[in-house]
Amino acid sequence: MLNSSLSQLSALLAEKKISSAELTAEFLKRARALNPRYNAFITLSEEASLAQARAADLMIASGDAKPLTGVPIAQKDIFCTKGWLTTCGSRMLSNFVSPYDAAVIERFNAAGAVNIGKTNMDEFAMGSSNETSFYGPVRNPWDVAAVPGGSSGGSACAVAARMAPAATGTDTGGSIRQPASLCGISGLKPTYGLASRYGMIAFASSLDQAGPMAKSAEDLALMLNVMTGFDPRDSTSLQREPEDYTRDLRKPLEGMRIGLPKEYFVDEISDDVARAVEASIAEYRKLGAKTVEVSLPNTSLSVPVYYVLAPAEASSNLSRFDGVRYGYRAPKYDDLNDMYCKSRAQGFGAEVKRRILIGTYVLSHGYYDAYYIQAQKLRRLIAQDFAEAFEQCDIIMGPTSPTVAFDLGEKSNDPVQMYLSDAYTIAVNLAGLPGMSIPVGFGQKNRPVGLHIVGNYFSEAQMLNVAHQYQSVTDWHTRMPG
Amino acid sequence: MQWETVIGLEVHAQLSTQSKIFSGASIAFGAAPNAEACAVDLALPGVLPVLNRGAVERAIRFGLAVGAKINSPSIFARKNYFYPDLPKGYQISQYELPVVEGGTVMFHVAETEKTVRLVRAHLEEDAGKSLHEDFHGMTGIDLNRAGTPLLEIVSEPDMRSSAEAVAYAKTLHSLVRWINICDGNMQEGSFRCDANVSVRPRGSGRLGTRCEIKNLNSFRFLEKAIDHEARRQIEIIEDGGTIQQQTRLYDPDRDETRAMRSKEDAQDYRYFPDPDLLPLEIPSSWISEVRDVLPELPAQMRSRLERDYGLSSYDAETLTADREIADYFVAVVSNLPSDPKLCANWVMGETSAYLNDAGKSFEHCPLSPGELAQLLTRIKDGTISGKMAKEVFRQMWSRRSEQETGWKSLQAKTDQSLVDQIIESQGLKQISDSGAVEKLIDEVIATNPKSVEEFKAGKEKAFNALVGQVMKAARGKANPAQVNEILRSKLK
Repeated sequence: MLNSSLSQLSALLAEKKISSAELTAEFLKRARALNPRYNAFITLSEEASLAQARAADLMIASGDAKPLTGVPIAQKDIFCTKGWLTTCGSRMLSNFVSPYDAAVIERFNAAGAVNIGKTNMDEFAMGSSNETSFYGPVRNPWDVAAVPGGSSGGSACAVAARMAPAATGTDTGGSIRQPASLCGISGLKPTYGLASRYGMIAFASSLDQAGPMAKSAEDLALMLNVMTGFDPRDSTSLQREPEDYTRDLRKPLEGMRIGLPKEYFVDEISDDVARAVEASIAEYRKLGAKTVEVSLPNTSLSVPVYYVLAPAEASSNLSRFDGVRYGYRAPKYDDLNDMYCKSRAQGFGAEVKRRILIGTYVLSHGYYDAYYIQAQKLRRLIAQDFAEAFEQCDIIMGPTSPTVAFDLGEKSNDPVQMYLSDAYTIAVNLAGLPGMSIPVGFGQKNRPVGLHIVGNYFSEAQMLNVAHQYQSVTDWHTRMPG
Repeated sequence: MQWETVIGLEVHAQLSTQSKIFSGASIAFGAAPNAEACAVDLALPGVLPVLNRGAVERAIRFGLAVGAKINSPSIFARKNYFYPDLPKGYQISQYELPVVEGGTVMFHVAETEKTVRLVRAHLEEDAGKSLHEDFHGMTGIDLNRAGTPLLEIVSEPDMRSSAEAVAYAKTLHSLVRWINICDGNMQEGSFRCDANVSVRPRGSGRLGTRCEIKNLNSFRFLEKAIDHEARRQIEIIEDGGTIQQQTRLYDPDRDETRAMRSKEDAQDYRYFPDPDLLPLEIPSSWISEVRDVLPELPAQMRSRLERDYGLSSYDAETLTADREIADYFVAVVSNLPSDPKLCANWVMGETSAYLNDAGKSFEHCPLSPGELAQLLTRIKDGTISGKMAKEVFRQMWSRRSEQETGWKSLQAKTDQSLVDQIIESQGLKQISDSGAVEKLIDEVIATNPKSVEEFKAGKEKAFNALVGQVMKAARGKANPAQVNEILRSKLK
């Protein structure tokens, strides 16, 4: 059952082989047992989860079940969840019980899914290793010496360690795909605007996007069906006809053109990752796909552009955490300014402060044109690179991360090295494109390797098809840490 | 040295929408603190702004009314600063591309026509309120006002005296109410002025260093603050000093301005486009729709009243001073199209005076335009004299003045026969039967032989005395013109 797909779990529930309450209790038991080791969850609540499970059982009994009704799903602690502590991995929100549900949470609730707990994450989603969380680092279940990636490291770990059948994540520069890659699971960041950002605590508004993390492409498709859809409360939400993302899973890949950006297969990529990725591409050729070399000439600009724009937006988005209305307030202060300074100095961790400082700097008078405006121009060039590449191919592939999971502490004192580990994923957010990562083998120290799949706008169904076909002939995605 | 004062105004007009500019919460004034602050207004984690279409529609209306350019797209930007009543740590405003750009406002100061050019008008959200009293050394925050839609209207420094500044502000105040985008309630802060004031030697082409005066919530304070500030600046310069660019606060109790902050402590607001809001696109079809329902503007109406109704320019200006008096006048004329001048006189005269005494505006006039027109009709058809009409008006007023609601809501139940009832029951009707008048005249002639003789000897004054006697005998109810005519023919 731990390895069952979402549709298998759904079938077990529908056939009354197990109740949602039993299923939920089972996963909660495992999560409780493993959490001291992995630290994947910030909050677990038997009471709240089992209440939802019992409600789901009633839905099933009355014949109102939907595909995910009764299925436990772990929720990243970035989504405001009514009645739940919603911390965003920060001391700043360590006392914040949300009075409302994020749009994504509402959608899972409406689908009858059970919230199995709130997953750990880098503080305010700023990080690539899950080491910036106020609640301590998450461990990689394949090797507890290794990081799980970030910022959705808790979600990736929970799915990889089978503490939850599936989880939600958010991805601003790779925060779904990189931890999915490092933990050997599948994760998808949709086209910007498909999933509502309402109630998802903002890091960089123009880049943030929620998406699913699960064991397989098929599970991702079911999750995506629930998570996406127009929301008038988010002005950047796109008004489109609802899609069934499972519809193309079984299409053959015959004749599909896979673009391999020459800039992705260079020195920065480690040998073990290169080998696994190349082997997966060989598998795709066997499935009938063709490969073509494409070029994304501005790839090397992605990281610097991102580290201007994302901190700029973040510096403003995080201004609301001032200790006035909710969240952390310093216990002692002299006056208003002192209250702001102390509350924010004590409430935010080092990485968050670093990005607030960078963002404040690049928006300052006299620097705005040189940094922010320039970065916006380059952002358009980066998007243009992809548009040109997609004239020659249907899908783009490469490594999700240049290396397998690194050790805890290995990069935490070298932010630039840490930032560079997201080089491949960041460009996708800057362009607003959908991207995903699927497991394609193991590298050094038996740590997982992920394949990065980038599609054109709104090509999620096709990307899931590409991933599913691979997963139909390989079994990397079924491997589970010992 | 002759000094010239140079003034530019920034006016914040609160838009008369139902809900806030970026949330669904109500903007009604006077609710319990924080009762009208929803999750978005409180800036809870994760909430997002959604632009109120009604606020944009009102901005378009304003742009069209002042002949400005409506920008599409315009951009919402974040103005970043920390303050306890600014919940997000930034205000959503417009910076580089405002929704309304350019335009002009015209008005009269004394007899001279004056045109003030506008720089721009942009949409933004209001902040909440910090309450420093009643909390024992602490500060209370009320976020009811946070997110209230504002249109900030920025003029060029085109005004040269406090009188011009006040005339401009009044014209703008009347215009925003006229086009129904702002209730103009200055006590509640719906219409607030900041003045940029500088002085320079008369004839100089260069602008002096300016100071911005905040917190001018009445026209009187605006005038006094500008006058005070200009004197302050002139004194400094004449004493050999220089003006520091500052933001100053007007204190009405002491009638002076004092420094709030200088340019050196000016904050860097780090404006940048708000990534939560898309560029605001306004299709030309929307602008046309707004134009189609835009009411006739005061300037257009003024010239129409002069042209079609033959009113003097003074009358036309008085009757278009605000929307309420204009609406009332138009409604009276529609009941008595044959005599706009008579209608104008009674609207500007008797009605206006009674409203003034009662401290009411035309909107709350207890007499319906139909009733007033009925009264005027009775003057025209000779039923009552103008003098008697004033008495009838007084009685109509005292019967109606208890009503709390204005004439617009009363109109359905207006009693057209009220005028005739009063005339009838008080016996105020003119004696129009010529037989009855002749009888009175005959009696007067018979009892005043001396006056008759004097008149026949060429004393015109004696004739007036006789008319007076007839009117007295008629207890004012005779028609003076008729008395005149008959008396004269009898004395021939």
